[in-house]
Amino acid sequence: MAYQSLQEIIEAGEIQKIPFWKVILLDDMNERSVAMEDSIQTMEKMWRAMADASDAYDGSLLSHSGLVGKTGAQMETYRQNETPLCGDFMAQVIAQALQMGESNACMKRIVAAPTAGACGVLPAVLIPLYKTGEVTDEQVIEALYVSAGIGQVIASRAFIAGAAGGCQAEIGSASSMAAGALVHLRGGDAQQICQAAAMALKNLLGLVCDPVAGLVEIPCVKRNVIGAVNALSCADMALAGITSRIPPDQVIDAMKEIGESMHVSLRETGEGGVANTPAAKTIREKLGM
Amino acid sequence: MNIFDILGPIMVGPSSSHTAGAVRIGYITRTLLGCKAVKAEIGLHGSFSATGQGHGTDKALIAGLLGMLPDDMRIPDSFRTAKEEGLDFSFRHAQISGAHPNTAHLKVTGSTGKVLEVLASSLGGGRIMLNKLDGIDVNCPCENPTLIVRNQDKPGYVAQVTSLLTQYSVNIAALNLHREKKGGQAVMVIESDQPVPSDIIRRLESMEGILKVTYLMSREEE
Repeated sequence: MAYQSLQEIIEAGEIQKIPFWKVILLDDMNERSVAMEDSIQTMEKMWRAMADASDAYDGSLLSHSGLVGKTGAQMETYRQNETPLCGDFMAQVIAQALQMGESNACMKRIVAAPTAGACGVLPAVLIPLYKTGEVTDEQVIEALYVSAGIGQVIASRAFIAGAAGGCQAEIGSASSMAAGALVHLRGGDAQQICQAAAMALKNLLGLVCDPVAGLVEIPCVKRNVIGAVNALSCADMALAGITSRIPPDQVIDAMKEIGESMHVSLRETGEGGVANTPAAKTIREKLGM
Repeated sequence: MNIFDILGPIMVGPSSSHTAGAVRIGYITRTLLGCKAVKAEIGLHGSFSATGQGHGTDKALIAGLLGMLPDDMRIPDSFRTAKEEGLDFSFRHAQISGAHPNTAHLKVTGSTGKVLEVLASSLGGGRIMLNKLDGIDVNCPCENPTLIVRNQDKPGYVAQVTSLLTQYSVNIAALNLHREKKGGQAVMVIESDQPVPSDIIRRLESMEGILKVTYLMSREEE
């Protein structure tokens, strides 16, 4: 990508008088030497695959290890029959995040965004919003360009792999991408998009990657929920005009610094954090790993 | 890295490195073999061995060997498909000195009786590295269109191959040469910006001294 910072994307948009998402679209056309329709078609395919993955959720399945499954259905039943504290919309978001995380653990087809472990965050905010009828497919596709642009800057300035920078690099990045997408869908400008992305990432700085038995299951599935909920709150803050005191690109750099100083036991090795609890060790032994 | 490495790939879970990357390793191996695989002896190194089963790495490798891509919904059932298609396979733990944590060693036999050995690693995000081909270093990321030419280690082959690519206006992005020993078998790994026309491959195959030509399409062509 031609842009190494969110600031450069904002400036490119201002100079060319085009929105954030279009800057990313034009960059993709240039980067991969493709026509506009080709790029948009590919993005449409990603959106379609997310929606299909959501439809394909099977609430009766457990993962190969037997550790995760069914909670997405449980949350949905609760939403339908009770009055969730977070309200109906947020309860849909929570259920969707769990469902996508579980589908991934159960070897279903998902869209890595930016990783498979964090695949629930973007669909968890986009699908419930789309279902309200408030946004069109075209707008969601634009929002996906916004999130891809944010993700790409994070990937180039820092990292998006848990093994490299902990969970902040996966769920944190996904949350940042989702926050930006949401701001776009609510008519926010490029500045607000980047502020939302910055706040979402900042709120999850320091999050470690500590998967039990090394599997993308515990705590990964539920961390998709915090990524999604955090994205919504940060998008609302940005739309309210609240800004991050630390400029967005510097927040990304802080994420890199934190990830680099994170102990290796907390970077997807399954050795530290919740993976190192007595309960996790028992699970590990039972699985023979 | 383009935007669809960030939003994407569309893949069967749970892990881009342990599942999607493993499918690609199997798929590339199948392509390099050039025919249906009937037997596969697979060694898993490092994290592939430690957490591979929980991530479906084993099923993913077999799925790839059967010609499936990372988004194929049949991946979880690949063992059954292998049985139906007559692919006999086995897994073992392998300790490979200096290898990336997610590495597999595959020894596959094709329906023609041909045997191929591949050493490949999954680097994350579904990206892979083909480390060795029949014991010879190749270090190929298999992202761009890639020509792998095996020839006798004698003067002139590089010039012949590159001039043929020039005739067809195929621009070389990277060119690596490896050989097992002086005068033995050599390998040319050529990554190009454009897809390589099948004419080139046919003409290369008919050249004297060229033992084998394999073409790996770019991920987008797949």
